[in-house]
Formats: sequence, C-alpha cells, structure tokens
Amino acid sequence: MNVWHKPASDGAPAAGGATSMVRRPASKRRSTRLPPWLVSWFQVGPLALILTVLFALPTTLFLVVSFYDYDRVGIYPAFLLDNYRELLTTPATWRVYVSSLRFALIVWAITLFLGFNVAYFLIFHIRNSITRTIFFLLCAIPFWTSGIIRTIAWIPFLGRNGAFNQILMALGVTSHPLDFLLFSDFAVIVTYVHLFTLLMIGPIANSLSKIDPALLEAARDAGASRWHTMTNVVIPLSKTGITLGSILVFTQVMGDYFVVRQMSGGQSASIVSMLSTEIQAMQYPPASANAMVLVIFVAILVGVMMKVVDVRKELVK
Amino acid sequence: MTARISEKRPWTFYVLGTLFGVYLLFLYGPMFVIYVLSFQGPNGGVTFPMVGTSVVWFKEVFQPGQMADIPVSFSRSIALATVVSCLTVVISVAAGLGFRRRFPGSAVLFYLAVASLVMPSLLVGFGIGLGFQFLGWQPSLFTSALGAQLTWTLPFGLFAMFAVVNRFNRAWEEAATDLGASAWQRLRYVTIPILLPGIIGVAMGAFTLSYDEYARTTLTIGPKNTLPLEIYALISSATSPTLFAIGTLTTGVSFLAIIITLLLVLRLQRRRALIKVG
Repeated sequence: MNVWHKPASDGAPAAGGATSMVRRPASKRRSTRLPPWLVSWFQVGPLALILTVLFALPTTLFLVVSFYDYDRVGIYPAFLLDNYRELLTTPATWRVYVSSLRFALIVWAITLFLGFNVAYFLIFHIRNSITRTIFFLLCAIPFWTSGIIRTIAWIPFLGRNGAFNQILMALGVTSHPLDFLLFSDFAVIVTYVHLFTLLMIGPIANSLSKIDPALLEAARDAGASRWHTMTNVVIPLSKTGITLGSILVFTQVMGDYFVVRQMSGGQSASIVSMLSTEIQAMQYPPASANAMVLVIFVAILVGVMMKVVDVRKELVK
Repeated sequence: MTARISEKRPWTFYVLGTLFGVYLLFLYGPMFVIYVLSFQGPNGGVTFPMVGTSVVWFKEVFQPGQMADIPVSFSRSIALATVVSCLTVVISVAAGLGFRRRFPGSAVLFYLAVASLVMPSLLVGFGIGLGFQFLGWQPSLFTSALGAQLTWTLPFGLFAMFAVVNRFNRAWEEAATDLGASAWQRLRYVTIPILLPGIIGVAMGAFTLSYDEYARTTLTIGPKNTLPLEIYALISSATSPTLFAIGTLTTGVSFLAIIITLLLVLRLQRRRALIKVG
C-alpha cells in the first residue's frame, strides 16, 4: 500500500552526492570482501536458476519437439517443417490470429482509457492517502475472486432474463430483452475489460505517483492549458507504466483460452484454446509448433512496445 | 470528504470522479449478481429469477460432493499459495537488491524475466509438463505445479521490487556500514524494515496470483486438483449456484484479510512514527 505514496522530497539528487562522498572509505574497508558484481550474482542467482530451469529449458524443449514427427501412438525425433507448414497454411489459424488480435486491440484501447483516467484520478485528485488506499483496495478486491467465477458472473448479468436487461426494461430503454449482450463478441470484450483493467491501473498509478506535483504547477504557471500539461508533461512521464500495462493486457488477451470459449457461445476461438485441443489429443509436435508461432508473435509485439519505451532503463536504475 | 477541505475543485475532478464511480459499478455489478444468486433457493438455478432464498449452496461448498471436493482442493490451494508466496518474497527481494548494481548478464536476466511474464500461461505449463514426461517424472503439486507458478510470480515480484527499491535511498545503507553494522545487521535492521511495506505487497500479490492461477497449473498439477481447477471442472460438468457461493465466500475472506493487513500496516506506521519522535 505504501507503494503508492509519493516519494519523499529529499529524493535522488541528494542521495547521489552523499553516496559518492561516503563510498570511498567504505570500499577501502571492504577491499578484502567479494567484488560487488559477485554479490549481485549471489542475490539474483536463485531467480536466474529458476527461470532457466522452469522457463527457458521447457521453452527450448517445445521448440525442439515442434520439429518432431508423430502418429497416433507416439512422437519421434526428427527435423520436419511439416508441423509449421500445416499450421501456417490452414485458413483457420489466420482467422483465429486476426480475431485474437482484434480483441486485443479493442480491449487494449478501452483498458488504457479507463486505467489511465482511474489512475490519474486516484493519484492527483484524491489527496487523502487513506481514502486513496481504500479506493485502490476497492479496485483490487474483485481480483481475489477466481477469474473463472468472475467470468461466468457475467452470464446471469447479461443474459436474456439477466440483471442488465431487467434494468433496461424497467427504465423503458427497450421493450424486449436484448439478445446480443451474451454469448457474443460484446460479452467477450466486456469480460476482458472487467478482468484486465486493474493490470493497467497498477503500473500507470505507480508511474504517476512518481511525478512531482510541482511540475504540474510549473506547467500551469508557464501558461500550459490542461490539455497541454497532459500531453507534454503527464503522459511522457508515465510512459513506462503505460507500456507495462499495455504489455500485460495484450499478452493476457493473446494467451487467454477460457473467456472466449465461455463467453462467445462458440462463435469465436482463441489461439490457446485451439492449442489445448491439440494437447488433449496428445498431438505434441503440432501443438509445439503452434506454441512456437504464438511465442514468436507475442515476442515481436512486446519487443516493439519495449523498443518504443525503454522500460528497463526506467525500472532498473 | 476531501472535496470539502479544498475550496474549489476543477471540473475534471467531477468528470474523472464520475468515471471512477462508473468503473466501480461496472466492477461490482456482476459481483453483486453473484452475491445475490449465491443465496438462491434449493430449486433455483444459476440465473434469475430467484426461487426462494437459502444457504444450501454454502453448505454444499463445505461438503465433499461427487463432482468436486471443494474443502480439500481449497486447502491444497492455500498450502501451495503460501509456499509460492514465501519463495517469491525471498527470491525476488534478493534479486531486487541485486539489480541495484549493473552486473554482467543483468540485461539477459531482465529480458528472461519479461519473457517469463508475457509467455502465454498455458504454454509454460505445457513446456514443464512435456519436460516431466520426457524425464519420466510424475507431475505433482509441489514439484511441477509449484515451478510453473513461480515462473509467473517471480517476474511479478521482481517488477514490484523494482518499484520499491527505486525509492530506497542507498545512503541509509552506507550510513549503517559507517556506523559499524555488519552486512547481516545492515540487512536485518536497515534494509528490510524500510522495504517492509513493499515486501508485504509482494507477498500478498504472489499469494493472490498463485491462489487464482489456472492456465499454468492445469497441465502440471498431476492427479490432485487445486481450487481453480476444481471450479473449472464444476463448470464443465454442471453449473450450480455453488460456484457463486464460492465467489461470495472468497470476497468475504478477502475483505477480512485486507482489513487485517491494513491494521498491521497502520500499526507498523504508528510504531515507526513513534520511533521518529522518540
């Protein structure tokens, strides 16, 4: 919770000066100890080990398996490109990628708009830190309920006899229940936005909370309009958070396989649900090829976003 | 409340405030539907209308049924989430401190963490499951499933630690050293107490992510399900308001946990304020 607190006013510049003054005698005393890079290696060692063994190795494994041959009883070591050729020449593959990308773009736009404005409101307009913490918690609490339950919660809400239709009819907006609300692309998008907006709010709020309010005052004093302050000061300074949130939302939508299956009423498929069908049928080589294509696709997307904003430079100082 | 203190709010305050209100309505609208429907009468279904009211579905949650055994899978989920949360805190706090210096390989490790975070979840489970199959090992809760979840919570913990460590003034550590503190004393009495609120945040976040994790776990869990997997099994077999009762209970427990944590943090702050004064 204290993560959201504004940085103390005696921030980085003073610290830099003090450190460089103090460091000389300290390092002399430590000269018999381990070199600093080795200390760092000990500190990051467990992380590096786990990510290598449990992430890098398995990924390499399915890269290898994607070239294997298979039949109904097993898989055989080989170097075939057939799995890829088959995947990329099937029109269904392209359709699913286009549909997933479309969902990702729409959901990204909505969550970015919502997430940025909510974060801005909480950081700059709510001045009382206890109120702010409570508001943040209100945003976070639904996250503690299983995503599966939160997804199917929309069914009684959006259904023909659902709460939303009842409200609309009571208000006289419509005389008969609306059918397009549930088991449609609309339902899928609503569910995604419901599930993922917090992923946008978190990183953006973190970025915004580092902006010194004096900067906004300075911009106003220099004659900038509200809009100019926003586009020239606030948005550039929060781009790390915007990028991180965008990466999270994009990859979550591209990697989803529950929401589309449950909410589209069978009208749309997702890449991963296609893949899980292959896994269940034990067709590991084509599933691996499918997985590799998705990994490369996501890697390119994330690579482009991180090229636009150097997240690493901002995060690791 | 705060509006009264300051004299004049800009119009944007009201626009954004309304947007925030609408967002909360959107967030809680379907949740309220779950809360109401979880009190559905014994003959009612998963949609409106309500057929009487009862707490039958809550009782169902606590009884091992034919379809799913909620209590046992719940305790498994809690056990796994606790282990994941502890490991994540220790490993990501250490790594967050390590990343304060540039070290050879830091860029590689950073991008490895990013990749692990953005990798479609099911694929991580798929890779680990495949690896276990090749080695002839049996996937289980505290081996493959634990590992699969760590590939998700560790990068999250690392990124959260970046945000925390960025605000940490290194002069404090230098001062401790100059005053004669050993490396251990410096960590125990200076670094960790200052980072503590952030560390609690990482622990809670990792716990939540693990407790709710489905896609990474499903192919690595072996024969014994965690709660989300059990819920999923319930959905695909028969939908009953039991699911909604689980949702209502989860929210209730969440509120309780958050209130307890808030009180803890407030106490910590008060203690710190006292030290400052004293």
